[in-house]
Amino acid sequence: MRNINANVFKTLRQVFAISAAMFLLRHGNIAAEEELTGKLVLTGSSTIAPLASELGKRFEKQHPKVRVDVQTGGSSRGVADARKGLAEIGMASRAANDDEKELKFFTIATDGVCVILNKDNPVQALTDEHVAKIYTGKITNWKDVGGNDAPITVVNKAEGRSTLELFCHYYKLKNSDIKAHVVVGDNEQDIKTCAGNANAIAYVSIGTAQSDADEGVAIKLLPMNGVDATVENVRLGKFPLSRPLNYVLKSEPTGLPKAFIEFSQAKEQYDIVKENFFVPLGK
Amino acid sequence: MSRWASDFILVWILRALAAVSGVIVFLIAAFLALESFPVLRHVGIAVFFTDNGWHPIDKLYNLSPMLLGSLLSMAGSVLVATPLGILSAVFCQYYAPPFLARQFRRLIELLAGIPSVVYGLWGLVVLAPIINRIHPPGQCLLTGIAILTIMILPTIALMADASFASVPKQFTHGAAALGLTRLGTLRHIILPAARSGLFTGVILETGRAIGETMAVLMVCGNVVQVPGSLFDSMRTLTANIALEMAYAHGDHRSALFVSGLILMVVIVLLAVAAEILSKGQIYE
Repeated sequence: MRNINANVFKTLRQVFAISAAMFLLRHGNIAAEEELTGKLVLTGSSTIAPLASELGKRFEKQHPKVRVDVQTGGSSRGVADARKGLAEIGMASRAANDDEKELKFFTIATDGVCVILNKDNPVQALTDEHVAKIYTGKITNWKDVGGNDAPITVVNKAEGRSTLELFCHYYKLKNSDIKAHVVVGDNEQDIKTCAGNANAIAYVSIGTAQSDADEGVAIKLLPMNGVDATVENVRLGKFPLSRPLNYVLKSEPTGLPKAFIEFSQAKEQYDIVKENFFVPLGK
Repeated sequence: MSRWASDFILVWILRALAAVSGVIVFLIAAFLALESFPVLRHVGIAVFFTDNGWHPIDKLYNLSPMLLGSLLSMAGSVLVATPLGILSAVFCQYYAPPFLARQFRRLIELLAGIPSVVYGLWGLVVLAPIINRIHPPGQCLLTGIAILTIMILPTIALMADASFASVPKQFTHGAAALGLTRLGTLRHIILPAARSGLFTGVILETGRAIGETMAVLMVCGNVVQVPGSLFDSMRTLTANIALEMAYAHGDHRSALFVSGLILMVVIVLLAVAAEILSKGQIYE
């Protein structure tokens, strides 16, 4: 009996070893077999940072000898740090620019940017032309777009933010043409300004805006070209103003960065992506 | 160890510590100069005052609206906070019943201990919407001055309180013996005697007002422009650094260090001005 058992175990072990080896060969993931160790530094987009930091925590749980250090500083810094080698992985909440083609971009999720207003503003939708005219100061009163007779407070983002870049790119604006009344740093400050000012208009990440609106913050998300600003529509690729969330690397990854990128893109982590109100890659 | 030797060691330790504190200032100045150097070499210093706006990505670097913003918010808040602070200290020292004075002092100390970001948050979600109802956008020079005033008020109030407390009792007793009124004593005896302490208080509050970053960033609106009225949005030099530093690289980053350098020059000028003004007037 004992002998048989031992034999069975031996066979099982062999089968397991062979299949494991085949698995690893197929995925080329030899590094995962040896225990991963070391420190992984990610810097860049403040949009991606909370997501990356939660991904990092789960990754650390599975690989106790790895430390994942996430620092914010904006997409431009993410790209610059990856290029200079200051960080193993940069984070950029936009696609590669023309002068960044030599870097490697890995998309881990998508995000949408939408226009928000105060909840009490009667305006239900704005055309692209209206938004562009409001932001360039050609329309300055809500009554011109079907709202109350009240001056519009235009909220813009500080120079360098990727949301600003995306917004300007879509509406074909130059930041120097935007006639802003308030300039803010991050999404939450936009949302607080809009919630506190009945005549403000701002643009923010749909993920952040939707989670705040669901929690009862006094803002509303405007549809674009008839498409509602929801996480679902961004995922389906229907929402016009959306952007990829990318990891940026200087060269083709190996070892720890490669393992972390694959981990971040895996289906098992979609729950974290969704919790952060972003949109996972696949269905 | 002989007494002489221990004294010797103590003196040298003290000298070293003093040198460290002094050297830090020079290191910061050198660091600012070094980091600003690339952009100064590319474009020179004049463009920071003559360019057509602040658009560092398009290579336009006019910092003067922000310098003016810093100076306006500082001047406004110091002008409001100084009389408020000094008068509240007068009340506390000479008119309030002792138990009330104690509570009042504790309250002011509490005000001094609140972190600036809390003032900023309060200004953003409470004060700005109120001012917006008077005149949009609500995040403006006036909101900035209001928040800064509340922030620097404890500095001047506590300094004034402490300097009134240190006026020798003989002075007030003498004044009372001469039959001076309370107001007369205050105006002609106490205020002149406490002048140096009050002056220090003003310098300290001015420094805090010009250096404040987080709160003004949250309530001033941060549009780079020369404010035409109290209700216009504006950006300070400190807010500019905080808003853009995280995202800046190359000449843009360097230009932000130039903002820091200018801020430092302003503070040095203020200190020099204070020194000149106080000479022969304060310590006779």
